[in-house]
Amino acid sequence: MTEAARTAEQAARASYGKLLAILAKRTSDISAAEDALADAFAKALSHWPENGIPAKPEAWLLTAARNRLTDQQRRAVRFSTTNEVSDMAADVVSSPEHPDDRLALMFVCAHPAIAPDLHTPLMLQCVLGFEAGDIARAFLVSPAAMAQRLVRAKRKILDAKIPFVIPDAGALPSRLEAIYEAIYAAHALDWLAPSDAMGDEALYLADLLARQRPDDPEALGLAALIAFTHARNDARVENGVLVPIHEQDTDLWHGRLISYALDALNRAQKLGRPGRYQIEAAIQSVHIHRRDTGRTDWASLSRLYEALIRLYPTVGTAVARAAVLGELHGPETGLAALDRIDAEAIETHQPAWATRAELLSRAGRTDEAAIAFDQAISMTAEEPLWQYLEVRRRNLEK
Amino acid sequence: MRYTFLLYTDPADLAGMTPDDWAEEKQVYGAYIGALHEAGVFVDTDWLQPVDTATTLSLKDGEKRVQDGPFAETKETLGGYFVINVPDLDAALEWAEKCPAAQRGKVEVRASGMGAE
Repeated sequence: MTEAARTAEQAARASYGKLLAILAKRTSDISAAEDALADAFAKALSHWPENGIPAKPEAWLLTAARNRLTDQQRRAVRFSTTNEVSDMAADVVSSPEHPDDRLALMFVCAHPAIAPDLHTPLMLQCVLGFEAGDIARAFLVSPAAMAQRLVRAKRKILDAKIPFVIPDAGALPSRLEAIYEAIYAAHALDWLAPSDAMGDEALYLADLLARQRPDDPEALGLAALIAFTHARNDARVENGVLVPIHEQDTDLWHGRLISYALDALNRAQKLGRPGRYQIEAAIQSVHIHRRDTGRTDWASLSRLYEALIRLYPTVGTAVARAAVLGELHGPETGLAALDRIDAEAIETHQPAWATRAELLSRAGRTDEAAIAFDQAISMTAEEPLWQYLEVRRRNLEK
Repeated sequence: MRYTFLLYTDPADLAGMTPDDWAEEKQVYGAYIGALHEAGVFVDTDWLQPVDTATTLSLKDGEKRVQDGPFAETKETLGGYFVINVPDLDAALEWAEKCPAAQRGKVEVRASGMGAE
């Protein structure tokens, strides 16, 4: 790869969403902005090797894209009354008083008028420049279907005129919640299929959000949570078998990501407004702390799960809490906690069966444990987790 | 941008309403209309006759079809509409949220197909 191509690619990764947001915000026409931007990147690849890389690559790309947009508008209306290019000062991209429009773009992608399951795909495409095909692969749907839904969503953004703005204080909390959820979904996607490398993108988006909102404790908490989880990537599967967090080899954990996460969580907690993502990040930080102390602090985990369940009472949280109680006070206590959860809600909940099996096994109730392991295995789709449960099931018989 | 609110309600929910209820309902709508006027965003509104008087016309596939009744097979049927003029969808949704019909049924919000004024 030539230096020009590399610079263009770096500019693409770092500036795609920034430039798209600037190009699309006045008209809400994301598709036109995408086409113009793609054209500008193509121009850069042919111009830069010959004429050298411009001093301000982003501004160069923006001007080229704006020119392209204007050409198309002229062609569309056959005449032009304004010069669309001149009002786009080239230094707008980097000027400090010009806020980064990517946050507004995120609010558009996670707008309540857009189907929630499209929030994450739209963000991956508009903010990071992903192709529909790559997004479809990560979501296990056909590229054609994903492309069609994305095109339709962008048309709705244009036709219904979804504004490129930061919502006002009244609507902000619920609108932010949708952004957190979309980023968290990109992260969860990677957890199930780590080969797709969407975890990197979730971390990139979470970091971007946290930089845009440095006084938002939940944005910082989310960035910390994703960085903590990401830091354990290399340790979570060994020889194709899942390794539980408290048994992972801490030498395989990623030091730089852990430092980043600890710093983000620390800054979040100083703001004094606890929330779901901060608590989930704090839970991760307790696990990470085993790297220094050599033991898992189950008492701290138990307290954090108590706090989380008050704030965010889901079946998953209740099951995880039962597992922690089992470690802290013995398997029978954990089983009692499991039995307090609504039976219907955990009947088809894989982690609940896996947790029950583990607790029964530790309580010496081997026959019941075997049945629970079989249930959990029958509900497991991910290969490493399936392998892990198989091993645990086999060890019962010894 | 002009936005039209289509107001959906289930006729079954309205069946038990007394004349007093209707009078109260009229007042609530009056207040909403007043608020729209005051904000300078009001364009037009109307009350429609009950759904059993509706006729749906379709020219789909080049064939003209006239049908008795509403087009959608849901419990809620169109009962009225508001037309407002606001800058974008967020502003339109804010007004839709305040619309009395949102309490009992659904309000469908659509931007004008004719573009911004």
